[in-house]
Amino acid sequence: MSLRGLTPADIFERALAGERRALGRLITFVERDAAEAEVVAEMAHTRAGNAHVIGITGSPGSGKSTLTGQLVKLLGEAGKRAAVLAVDPSSPLTGGAILGDRVRMEDVASPDTFIRSMATRGHQGGLSLAVPGVVRLLDATGYDPIVIETVGVGQVEVDIAGTADTTVVVATPGMGDSVQANKAGLLELADLFVVNKADRPGATDVRRDLDLMLDLSHVSGHDQHTGMRPEIVMTTALSGEGAPEMWDAIERHHAAIIDNGQLAARRINRDVTEVRNRLMAELESRVDDMLTRNSLTGVTEILDAVAERSLSPTAAATQLAARIKDL
Amino acid sequence: MSDPAPDQARAAWQEAYDATKLRDVPFETMSGVPVDPLYGEGPYPGQYPYTRGLHAAGYRSRLWTMRMFAGFGTAEDTNARFKELLRAGGGGLSTAFDMPTLMGRDSDHEWALGEVGHCGVAVDTLADMEDLFADIDLSSVSTSMTINGPAAMIMAMYIAVGENTGVDRAQLAGTIQNDILKEYQAQKEYIFPPRPSMRIITDMMKFTSAEMPKWHPISISGYHIREAGSNAAQELAFTLANGFAYVEAAVAAGLDVDDFAPRLSFFFNSHSDFFEEIGKFRAARRIWARWMKERYGAKDPKSMMMKFHTQTAGVSLTAQQAEINIGRVAIQALAGALGGTQSLHTDAYDEAMALPTENAARIALRTQQIVAHETGVTNVVDPLGGAPFVEWMTDEMERRAEEVFAHLLDIGNDSILEGAYAGIENGYFVGEIADAAYRFEREVNEGKRIIVGVNEFTEGDDGERNLLRIGAEVEDYQLKRLNDVKQRRDSAAVTRVLERLKTEAADPEINLMPTMIEAVKTFATEGEIVGALEEEFGTYVEKVFL
Amino acid sequence: MADEASPEPQQLRVVLAKLGFDGHDRGIKIVARILRDAGMEVIYLGIRQSYKNVVNAVEQEDADAIGLSMHNASHMTLAPKMVDALAAAGLEVPVVVGGIVPDEDIEPLLEKGVAAILGPGASAEEVAQTIRDAVAAVRAEAPKA
Repeated sequence: MSLRGLTPADIFERALAGERRALGRLITFVERDAAEAEVVAEMAHTRAGNAHVIGITGSPGSGKSTLTGQLVKLLGEAGKRAAVLAVDPSSPLTGGAILGDRVRMEDVASPDTFIRSMATRGHQGGLSLAVPGVVRLLDATGYDPIVIETVGVGQVEVDIAGTADTTVVVATPGMGDSVQANKAGLLELADLFVVNKADRPGATDVRRDLDLMLDLSHVSGHDQHTGMRPEIVMTTALSGEGAPEMWDAIERHHAAIIDNGQLAARRINRDVTEVRNRLMAELESRVDDMLTRNSLTGVTEILDAVAERSLSPTAAATQLAARIKDL
Repeated sequence: MSDPAPDQARAAWQEAYDATKLRDVPFETMSGVPVDPLYGEGPYPGQYPYTRGLHAAGYRSRLWTMRMFAGFGTAEDTNARFKELLRAGGGGLSTAFDMPTLMGRDSDHEWALGEVGHCGVAVDTLADMEDLFADIDLSSVSTSMTINGPAAMIMAMYIAVGENTGVDRAQLAGTIQNDILKEYQAQKEYIFPPRPSMRIITDMMKFTSAEMPKWHPISISGYHIREAGSNAAQELAFTLANGFAYVEAAVAAGLDVDDFAPRLSFFFNSHSDFFEEIGKFRAARRIWARWMKERYGAKDPKSMMMKFHTQTAGVSLTAQQAEINIGRVAIQALAGALGGTQSLHTDAYDEAMALPTENAARIALRTQQIVAHETGVTNVVDPLGGAPFVEWMTDEMERRAEEVFAHLLDIGNDSILEGAYAGIENGYFVGEIADAAYRFEREVNEGKRIIVGVNEFTEGDDGERNLLRIGAEVEDYQLKRLNDVKQRRDSAAVTRVLERLKTEAADPEINLMPTMIEAVKTFATEGEIVGALEEEFGTYVEKVFL
Repeated sequence: MADEASPEPQQLRVVLAKLGFDGHDRGIKIVARILRDAGMEVIYLGIRQSYKNVVNAVEQEDADAIGLSMHNASHMTLAPKMVDALAAAGLEVPVVVGGIVPDEDIEPLLEKGVAAILGPGASAEEVAQTIRDAVAAVRAEAPKA
């Protein structure tokens, strides 16, 4: 019954048949960009494209993981076969991570919910490459919807939430969230705002601030690319209040973007972005090789000249850029 | 011109001292040098804010209670032990419960396997409680019960036993730990979420205020917080904050502060840093008195007088060269005595890895007897009071605690109770404790902090470890007993009363204690009662904060 | 992990859990930090876990190892049952037990399939290395029939 000695295709078949351990292994291949990853990616690609991808992001302490748990609970009750990708920060010093979202979510989720914890580091090419691949796998093996939960602190995590079909941004009173939302570009990203801990003082202020900012951005034409004004839902995640309304709002958004053709457009955009990210990762890797591993002739001399200050960095870069075609 | 007030205070102290009946022993050093009961100036013991102690004569009138915590096996076994203790002249019974009972589950629960009767007595139904106190006159003993999540059920059973043996609840004397806040912060023996748990506690406080004047409904504990890894200041601060939270909850539930505060008691750890612990104990009394008077409007001095039990630090015991723990415990016990504790439990030297052997338990008791009778520290009230370092330490502990209170008031919108809820919800308490534990571990690991026998002076470790084992007979017996009770009881009555309990649980205005007592009388099991309440209140799953 | 062609993993993924009623989580929290500081990804389940929860986590998270923390003298019942539950699910993942385990129970536990035992005095380095060694040992084993 072991997975040992099986080919990726075999493991993929097992995952399609519902074996969760096989799916877990496939996800690891993708995360680590192992040799098997490309084979797996192709197999997943042909079968993917069905799932509604929901991104949930918010600052630490916003209660977004409790909220995600409530959402997952509702999905289970509605008979959906949902998957959750819980992204947590890694230590910048050691690269390790403590991933603790699983346990509270599992407590409320239905038994066939698939939950995977993902750290932000340790991925070849970064998180922005690993996540689309994992989402595609979950999609291909029949999970729908797929919820990606990230901490909205780093730009990368925020961007990932933004690659979803429906992006939910969670704010809470007393954390200056509305200001944060504006800064991190969350305003443009959000398809839906949730004000959590709605029972606390200041909750209505947050709502009002968000409304104001949405008004302004409408006036400035900022939101032209979505064409829709994000709803604002009030929730109290601990008690579950507001969670059904949040789910309804997510469904409404989903229906709307299918209707107006945006869903298709977003997915194309997502795939193209993934191509771009992969190319950039590849390019970056080759540039690193060029600069550190003398993979091209003449590079060392240029770098030495920079060190001796006989050549400016700008001039050096111009010279090296001409060599890009050789990479 | 000197302030007349200090002279008045001194005179008042003298008057109180003179009116106190003292123990009939010479208050002299071993060499025969007579010593005064008190040295130095105010504040005076027995006077607000009680920094130097609760009573004018301190241990000259009464030594601390030497309460040794014990419990094992079946209710019958423990009953036999109780009777022995009573015959030997003790008047206080201390009950430890096994893990399933502490967690509100029955002996036939999936996770009970291997745990039944191990670290305490197994109590599933009223039948076990009856066995536990068989032939003991509940009106003549004081019983302490160390249990938290299912405290209401256990207290209901005790009341029922009393009633069944002709002892009115008003005559029942004792304590139940029932400190749920520290469970979320440290010991993790919670069942329901915080707010419903607090409702149960306020029901118990109202019930005991009205009907059980000799009963202490909460023992607000810092011991476990310290054992979980907090430092001394955190132990002090979190414990007192929890105390304030209970006060606020009781007042919000309609009680007058002086109705219940006199029956609150505390439970602290005594660890190895000698002066830090003494400073902690003294600061605790002072802070409690001040807050009760100034913030909570207490009028009765008894509401301001913090009584506490102390236990030496289990977490400081090493398995390596276990006998040296006797030294540790002696020093920790001494700190407790110099801190003015009302009662003391000393750990056995071999407890680091298993339940103590009888011999080791006896040595532990002898250790505190040495402190009480041979060291002379009991001849003088608060003998270290006035020493510059001790007073500084007391002030410093208080200062650090006040910082924590300020933070809780901040996140709790000027309520310590709300601050406690918020701190539980956002991981403040567990985070602070985990940080302190990790810091300590690193220090020991790096050799910066020496633990004798562990990272230094390791010669002499013969690898011997105490291995007290409990046999499986207890479990077999208990399962059979549980089954018998379930067979013989009126199941329909059980179902009916549990339904009623659930309905009442949904209404915060109804006190659950009366129906709880009825439920235990139908021989509903602890697990069944807990289960019924869980349906209404939910089960708490803690969020991971690391 | 899979077959020999697979590259060495960047990070080990370790599930940490306490089974049953035991709520003493001071030690397991310290181990979580130790492993994180050693560069591992810790899937922290914490207290009150069932065998099923642990098996689910190992499957879905594709964990390389499991760390169980035990303080209740019930290690002789719980640890072997965990080993069996994993075997029943076809998972080849080493179980490392940490906490209070008397010396005389070590051999019996190892015989029942526990990979390694960490005592209360283990240093941070020992903890991390024990996990790495346990994972390497499983990888080196010949594939089961």
